[in-house]
Amino acid sequence: MENNVLIQIEDITRTYKVGETQVQALKGVSHDIRRGDLMAIMGPSGSGKSTLMNIIGCLDKPSSGRYLLEGQEVSEMNKNQLAQIRNKKIGFVFQNFNLLARTTALENTELPLLYSDVPTKKTKGLALKALALVGLEGRELHKTNQLSGGEMQRVAIARALVNSPSLILADEPTGNLDTKTGNEIMEIFTKLNKENNITIVLVTHDPEVAEIARKTIFLRDGLVEKVEVNGV
Amino acid sequence: MNIVKTSKIALRALNRNKMRSFLTALGIIIGVGAVIAMVSIGQGARLEVEERFESMGTNLLFVRPGSRSYMGRQGGGGSYTNLKEADATAILENCDAVKYVSPNVNGRAQVVYQNNNWNTSIYGVGASYPEIRNWAVENGVFFNESQARTAQKVAVLGSEVANNLFEGADPIGQVIRINRNPYRVLGVLESKGESGGFFNRDDMIAIPYTTAQKRLLGIDHIQSIDVSAVSATRTGEAMAQIEDLLRIRHKIAPGAEDDFNVRDMSDIAESASEATQILTILLGGIASISLLVGGIGIMNIMLVSVTERIREIGIRMSVGAKERDILLQFLTEAIVLSVLGGILGIVLGVGSSRLISHFANMKTLVSIGAIVLAFLFSGSVGIFFGFYPARKASKLDPIEALRYE
Repeated sequence: MENNVLIQIEDITRTYKVGETQVQALKGVSHDIRRGDLMAIMGPSGSGKSTLMNIIGCLDKPSSGRYLLEGQEVSEMNKNQLAQIRNKKIGFVFQNFNLLARTTALENTELPLLYSDVPTKKTKGLALKALALVGLEGRELHKTNQLSGGEMQRVAIARALVNSPSLILADEPTGNLDTKTGNEIMEIFTKLNKENNITIVLVTHDPEVAEIARKTIFLRDGLVEKVEVNGV
Repeated sequence: MNIVKTSKIALRALNRNKMRSFLTALGIIIGVGAVIAMVSIGQGARLEVEERFESMGTNLLFVRPGSRSYMGRQGGGGSYTNLKEADATAILENCDAVKYVSPNVNGRAQVVYQNNNWNTSIYGVGASYPEIRNWAVENGVFFNESQARTAQKVAVLGSEVANNLFEGADPIGQVIRINRNPYRVLGVLESKGESGGFFNRDDMIAIPYTTAQKRLLGIDHIQSIDVSAVSATRTGEAMAQIEDLLRIRHKIAPGAEDDFNVRDMSDIAESASEATQILTILLGGIASISLLVGGIGIMNIMLVSVTERIREIGIRMSVGAKERDILLQFLTEAIVLSVLGGILGIVLGVGSSRLISHFANMKTLVSIGAIVLAFLFSGSVGIFFGFYPARKASKLDPIEALRYE
């Protein structure tokens, strides 16, 4: 059972210095995420959910505590090692898509592969496969400014998928989309989780989005308030 | 991360902003173009000077007072008084490799004909000066040996002076005044055309050197002797003969330094091409400044583009770009821009030097050395000025970069 645990977080804190004062965004959070999980992190703004996401996503390091990703101690890695972890094991989906402007869907999807050791010949094939998985066949050569919001978010998901990461982190993935498109995006996440067994962590303050998750962590003031497991 | 991938990333980024990329490279294009065009003008001028000296005849020798100084340049010729008319006569009589000799004294004077006034160079020369210098008399005659020896007040006008004083009237036989002394005009020289230098070779009057000594300058020495060897192959022999003769005449002890110097055209041509070399360096230097400014332009745009592309950098970092990857990407962009700019600049420089030689009637010479140098320089400009913005980009924090609006 032990190797089914993808992420172990033990008593993580994160303190920022704002001028003279110290702001503690996380005051000791512990949690395990299992492989193949679909989990949501919820909480009001200022609760520390973005900080937690940045730490899980290896964009930031905790001030104290342990963070094990597939058994590897991440909290002591340097910047380059973190970049490598992000490249190989983590895919991001952002609220505002964060795609390269004036660039085709294909090139955007290829991006993580350009920073990996995947041979140049294979990158295009992998990117096309990822785009097909999110239902964008035929739109590969469209540039980002020719795509709708929902399509852009699909490209972002394809980009997150392309390196076959251990974990996809989605930060308010439906925040900039209308309800219908948002539901379509959520369906893609559900499908990826069920059919491809990809671990997904959603960060949101929208209870409807959190509904599809099997488990929801509620954060408040830098601490875990409660954990809800949706009807297993 | 290999070179292929880095270049792919950099080229894609440049391609996304074609206009900005072109404008950035423009500084380098103009800089490299200017360096090549300017250096080609300088080199062309040197070539022209060399050709001109060759056309003036290779059997020409100059004797000047004063020792041959450092690097063959003659120092302060005007202050020496040890060269005499008798030296010139002796050279003609005793040196069998010498054909013509002309003692020279030069000055400037005010020339008056009726109510026309002109300030010009007065050449006090011997009767064989036209033969030595390949001059032709267009109208009338040059003064002869006996007129020169007896210090007759006669003059031969350069075409520019003739035009200015006589305004189309026939000057032959007329009397002009040089420093208030009356001179009879014997002839007018054929125009030698613009020299391309800083003086007009037609703006002069030739009078007998004896007359110039007595009437114009009040001296009894001569300033230089122009000598024509019997043939181009015997100039060396003539030089040696003149040197031996003058050492005896001036009683110079063996081993002591000459108090005169004899030079041939190749010496003069050498110092003239040295002068145009300085011109080349000067022009190239000025153009290099524009290349430097172009480099600063690249740095400026790259810095602006780093700020403008903070989000892009954040995205790249979030998908796993390391510091080194970002640094290399921006550095590669700068190098690609400056190298492409360098290639376009070479085309521009070669093209414009062709145009200059075609339309401005100037000789230009595009040297491979200048092209290689400008190209290498533009490449280093890219590396040098691209490094700072690239480093700045690579040091960004991914979280803040992603959040940047």
